[in-house]
Amino acid sequence: MSKIKNISSIEVSDTEIIAGIAVGDNRIINKIYKSFFPSIAHMIVSNNGSNDEAKDVFQEAVMVLYDKITQQQFELNSKLSTFLYAVSRRLWLKQLSRKGHTLNTTDISDFEDILHVEEDIQEHQEIENQFEQMNEAMYQLGEPCQTLLKDFYIKNLSMQEITEKFGYTNSDNAKTQKYKCLQRLKKIFFTNKIKE
Amino acid sequence: MQRHQFIEWADQYLRGDLTGVDAQAFEDYCKANPEYAEIFSTHQDFINTLKEAEARNSFKAALAEEATKVEAPTHKGDFGAKVISFWSRLQINTGVAAAVALISVFTTLWLTGYFTDVKKATSDYSALRREMNSVKRNVTAQNKVIQNINNSDKSNKETTPTHFGATGFLLTKDGYVVTNYHVVNGADSIHLQNNKGRAFRAEIIHSDAEKDLAILRIVDSSFRNTKAIPYTFKKQLTDVGEDIYTIGFPRDEAVYGQGYLSSNTGYAGDTIAYQISIPVNPGNSGGPVLDAQGNVVGIISGKQKGIDGAAFAIKTKELVETLNRIPQESLKGNIVLNNKNSLNKLSRTEQIKKLQDFIYIVKVY
Repeated sequence: MSKIKNISSIEVSDTEIIAGIAVGDNRIINKIYKSFFPSIAHMIVSNNGSNDEAKDVFQEAVMVLYDKITQQQFELNSKLSTFLYAVSRRLWLKQLSRKGHTLNTTDISDFEDILHVEEDIQEHQEIENQFEQMNEAMYQLGEPCQTLLKDFYIKNLSMQEITEKFGYTNSDNAKTQKYKCLQRLKKIFFTNKIKE
Repeated sequence: MQRHQFIEWADQYLRGDLTGVDAQAFEDYCKANPEYAEIFSTHQDFINTLKEAEARNSFKAALAEEATKVEAPTHKGDFGAKVISFWSRLQINTGVAAAVALISVFTTLWLTGYFTDVKKATSDYSALRREMNSVKRNVTAQNKVIQNINNSDKSNKETTPTHFGATGFLLTKDGYVVTNYHVVNGADSIHLQNNKGRAFRAEIIHSDAEKDLAILRIVDSSFRNTKAIPYTFKKQLTDVGEDIYTIGFPRDEAVYGQGYLSSNTGYAGDTIAYQISIPVNPGNSGGPVLDAQGNVVGIISGKQKGIDGAAFAIKTKELVETLNRIPQESLKGNIVLNNKNSLNKLSRTEQIKKLQDFIYIVKVY
């Protein structure tokens, strides 16, 4: 039974994966790994890379895909495996040239790019920066504000639950706290943005 | 309305806590107050960014967590499977290619007449000399190889001399013997052994490759002239159907063979030979073919492979011609063929008894 599951889980279609990523279904990640990681890992390991580096590159490539799906109207005009492979290859080449390994990588840099993924990577890096600012702001906000905001906006807890969880005297008090936290977060976020 | 109260209201709206009329009231309020509408839109954007950031973070975390579960990929299996599938895909192509290659090779060979050439080149005429020591020779060759493993260059050129056996018979009582040219061709030394087991050294006086005849003379000092030759030589053509017989040495003992003369020409229409129907074997070469009266009508030379009872004997007339062609200086006195037949009155068994003294094993080294 478990074997059958494994087999069917490997043969998941590209559209299913894209739909899974779009709705934030984290279970799809396992399938992404099983379907696409081996070939990319092989490419990187056979080009001066370690298995851990392969994992890093692969994760970044998947994030490129994630950003593409969540931030833009994503049109699948190649196979997902091709897209991920091209992105990983591009990323790995960049990393290698940063390391100064260019001489030894003729075998993968010689090929023409199958897909023009440069734009997608650029896009991904902008989005990454943007969200990094939010993460940074949240980090600077500190506790308990961070948890309070997450509980309310992400986990969708009711004001009543939050009042109990944080031990406020009443829900109005909690509302005031939430407002203050949010204002602080906005302040931090936008000042950081101006600084840059 | 204070700003924080509006935000609270907006949050309720965004979470969908407001329904129906309440939601409509919020939207109406935003329309009525553009400054609050802008506050709402920035707030909404900010909250969305916050949500997306969190969703992204959780996805990223899940991705990183999954990575720890993934083991180093096993490429070997993948690779093997690929090779196998590659092979199975090409198997049919390979088979077809091989078949086409084979067919074209053999077609070409057939079209260019290769096979007919082969047939012509490897004659089915078989000379009837006997390899006497093939087993022994193989063993000694093998021993030599073993001995020469270390000093290989020294004696590679030495080849064991081939050792053949055949039959020969006396032309004259003073030691002229006739046998086949192919028997003595390339011989180092020739020994003739009579039926009593005595061997005499002989030398080639004359050889006629065309007629496949060789005239030897016994030069051994122990050789004494024999009694008078009992048979005569019949120079005229013998008729087809004549009852004939031979004595030869296909093994170390004299073997009698009997048959009839089946054609006036030999192998492939060769006019110097008869076709005879006598069971002959390697070793019979050079044996006399006699008719019922004890006249030598031919000398056995070979047979046709793959055809039953097709042996060939060189006509006596050719022998006489060869003898006449021998230069005088290579002879010690003339060869005078016997013309007094002492066999014609005797029964076959008596003839054979008398004949045996004049028919020798020819051993060639």
